[in-house]
Amino acid sequence: MPGKVSDTVIQAIFILVFPPLMLGVITKTKAAFAGRVGAPFLQPYYDIWKLLRKSSVFSRTTTWVFRAGPVVAVATAILAGALVPIGGRSALVAFQGDFIVLAYLLALGRFFTMAAALDTGSAFEGMGAAREATFACLAEPALVLGLLALARASGSLSLSSMLGSTMPLSWTRAGASFVLVATALFIVLLAENSRIPVDDPNTHLELTMIHEVMVLDHGGPALGLILYGASIKLFVFAAVIARLVLPVSPGSAWAAWGVAAVSVLAVAVVIGVVESTMARLRLTHIPSLLVAACLLSAFGIVLLVK
Amino acid sequence: MNEWLVVGGVGLAAFSGLPGLFIKRESGLGERIALALLTLATAAAGVGAVRALMAPSPEPGLALRWSVPGGMFRVHVDALSAMFLVQVFLLSFLGAVYGLAYWKQAEHPDNGRKLRLFYGVVTAAMALLVVARNAFLFLAGWEIMALAAFLLITTEDQDKRVREVGYIYLTATRIGTLCLFAMFAALFALRGDWNLEGPLDGRSSLAGGVFLLGFVGFALKAGIMPFHVWLPGAHANAPSHVSAVMSGVLIKMGIYGLVRVTSFFPSPPFWWGGVVLAFGIASGILGVAFAIGQHDIKRLLAYHSVENIGIICIGIGLALVGRTLGRPELVVLGLAGGLLHVWNHGLFKALLFLSAGSVLHATGTREIDRLGGVLKSMPRTGLAFLVGATAICGLPPLNGFVSELLIYVGLFHATVSGSGTLWLVSAFSAAGLALIGALAVACFVKVFGAVFLGEARSEVARSAHESNWRMTAPMGVLASLCLFIGLGSLLVGPILDRATAAWAPDLAAALPRAATLAPLAAISVLGVCLVVVLVAIGGWLHGRTRAAAATVEAMVSTWGCGYAAPSSRMQYTSSSFAEMLVGMFRWALRPQVHPPGPRGIFPEPTRFASHVPDTVLDGILLPGGRAVGRGFRWLRFLQAGSLHAYLLYILATLVWLLVWHGGR
Repeated sequence: MPGKVSDTVIQAIFILVFPPLMLGVITKTKAAFAGRVGAPFLQPYYDIWKLLRKSSVFSRTTTWVFRAGPVVAVATAILAGALVPIGGRSALVAFQGDFIVLAYLLALGRFFTMAAALDTGSAFEGMGAAREATFACLAEPALVLGLLALARASGSLSLSSMLGSTMPLSWTRAGASFVLVATALFIVLLAENSRIPVDDPNTHLELTMIHEVMVLDHGGPALGLILYGASIKLFVFAAVIARLVLPVSPGSAWAAWGVAAVSVLAVAVVIGVVESTMARLRLTHIPSLLVAACLLSAFGIVLLVK
Repeated sequence: MNEWLVVGGVGLAAFSGLPGLFIKRESGLGERIALALLTLATAAAGVGAVRALMAPSPEPGLALRWSVPGGMFRVHVDALSAMFLVQVFLLSFLGAVYGLAYWKQAEHPDNGRKLRLFYGVVTAAMALLVVARNAFLFLAGWEIMALAAFLLITTEDQDKRVREVGYIYLTATRIGTLCLFAMFAALFALRGDWNLEGPLDGRSSLAGGVFLLGFVGFALKAGIMPFHVWLPGAHANAPSHVSAVMSGVLIKMGIYGLVRVTSFFPSPPFWWGGVVLAFGIASGILGVAFAIGQHDIKRLLAYHSVENIGIICIGIGLALVGRTLGRPELVVLGLAGGLLHVWNHGLFKALLFLSAGSVLHATGTREIDRLGGVLKSMPRTGLAFLVGATAICGLPPLNGFVSELLIYVGLFHATVSGSGTLWLVSAFSAAGLALIGALAVACFVKVFGAVFLGEARSEVARSAHESNWRMTAPMGVLASLCLFIGLGSLLVGPILDRATAAWAPDLAAALPRAATLAPLAAISVLGVCLVVVLVAIGGWLHGRTRAAAATVEAMVSTWGCGYAAPSSRMQYTSSSFAEMLVGMFRWALRPQVHPPGPRGIFPEPTRFASHVPDTVLDGILLPGGRAVGRGFRWLRFLQAGSLHAYLLYILATLVWLLVWHGGR
């Protein structure tokens, strides 16, 4: 049906084009807190375009694994975007158990990013990869438990039906659980997307980086792809949280898209506020934060016991 | 017909190593004859097994008289046995091809023929026990397999360390067999005959005894924590193709036994499934935690076998729970996931061991922190290891993901529509499985990065050379199979359904198909899309990079903050990568740090080493054994060392027995 095809196309274009705007909103929010004007909203798009036209430098230590890292990261991020529901509408691809497929697709991207980091043979990238590996171990159970709480509350195993039209009804029955799950998922978002207080995306000190230092040796089009993939990954997490917190489903299609875009940008503003008001945690305290996220998810599930 | 083919294959495999004993040790003819016989055996048994998978033949198969009292040569190939048979012969065959170049007779004149003899015997014994339907035939196959495996592990028995791990394996397997003897005796008491089939009542305490004895006995073979103590040493010190067969098939015999014995009970009590599930989760998490702390590449892979056996047990436990509660979807998803993981683990673990063996063959060391940058000189081995590593972490689009997804969906079904405490348990089990997956990713990035990527840390790593085609071809076959099952998961669905129907014949009609419960079709499509998108983006990036005028390739060193003299020792080692995770698990791992490193303001040259011993073996069993030995020291006076004293003891015992019996 023409209507459905154009909906699918609009959704695909939304997933591919919208995410870098989130990065721009975060930067503007941080600038507002600091009393600056800040970079334009569309700056990430200009950055990606600039990087795609540059040339590259490859170290003699690296192999094809180093070049494959950004490719896998972007490809898995795009497919994860196809699996996530936006607003109240179903994802491009939806089936039972799709949320675990999403988690494992992102894990595949993480595997190759870490491998590409170790390929450089430098202590900086190795350090970032070691930290990333450790923190991911703690973030994964929090993510799975949180999504399972959503599954139990909605009685379905597909993200699209979990976050679909039954959301307002589920809120009346399991609201307390959802508050805990939303907080836990927000902490997982901060951890997986290298935001303060887990990681500082703007630091210049390699010793304090996690994600930034893993991609330190990439340049040119590869770095552009990494930036783009990171924005899509941020969008995936933010879309889930936005729909969980704001399950509004207006009637007309355009209003629905508008609500979806605004709610995702609202999540970006919240991220910007968190980044401006908090400092990065000491590295040894980050596991405690992630364990707290696991506990929040666990209690979110326990609250669903009748 | 299937049974005759399989029995023929068993016979050919058993005698495959025998002609080599009569041929001069310097000649390479023996190994070629052994490979030819093993190929024929694989072909015969493979045809039989595949025919049984496609269309299972009715009971009872083959039944011949056997002079052992109570024994009968009863053999039947149902879908469940056929799944394990395929794995036995496929991995043995590929290992034998690998062994042609890895353990060339010309390079190992002293133990090559012994290795090939017992390699064939162990293959035959495993195939026999998988199709046996009589308790004595099963035990015969089990014992021959255990002893042949001991002789394979101690192939290089001139090395003291190899002998020690052989003794630990032997002790563990004797205790396991003892438990199995007791289990079969209890089964005889329940059944009245020595046949291996159900249905039996699961609620009696005798049935509970059967389950416990069987669980301990099979756990000692399968390597479920804390019964895994023999695994790390044995897999590390055996020749690599033997390790591949052991890890891929031998430990699955424990799983086969567990699955077969539990299939006799149509309504098992709830605690059976609970025990298997609990031990599965513990093995999974602790297995991978121990693996993270290792720096010997084959020991690390052995601990990952413990982890994956844990994942298989999670699936089997879920199936048992489903059988107790009468939830057929849990039975299908749990057992299908567990059995598919048996296949998948055999494939990717054998692939990993073969590529680790290739690295060992080329560099002469198993120590991860002496390697590095090996991908540049061994590209095919490195690619094979990468495929194996991605598969074992359960990442799409490879096969590990499909089996883990089946188990996940089973746990999700139990979470969403369960009641009481079951759904909480399955929710936390799913979180445990996610933790296992993330830890596995951490561990394999560590291994792959430290061994194959970066700069070489020693001369042996720099001067490695790629292996012979006889070693890389089996790796290529296994890697292709991993990709095939990952992308074509729909094709394995019917096979798994038949195996599940063979396990639960009473439910056979009511069991839903695995493909309808789990999104196998969607996974296949998604996998293909992923590959297409990867190729597209990769090709675009490659073209873009080449087109840019000023791209510089391979002429500069990695940027190191302007440091002018980077060395390979500045890289992260495997221990530094794993340090935070080992610290998190230090309550279980108990890492040991040897004499301290640099001290003082002007430190002298010193040494530093850290390693993670096996807590159960080195922390509990060996000290416990030594304490028992010390406690019984007071009895040492009896062991005078004098032959006369021992003859006196025999005489005294005889006299006492005669008096005792004479008096009755």
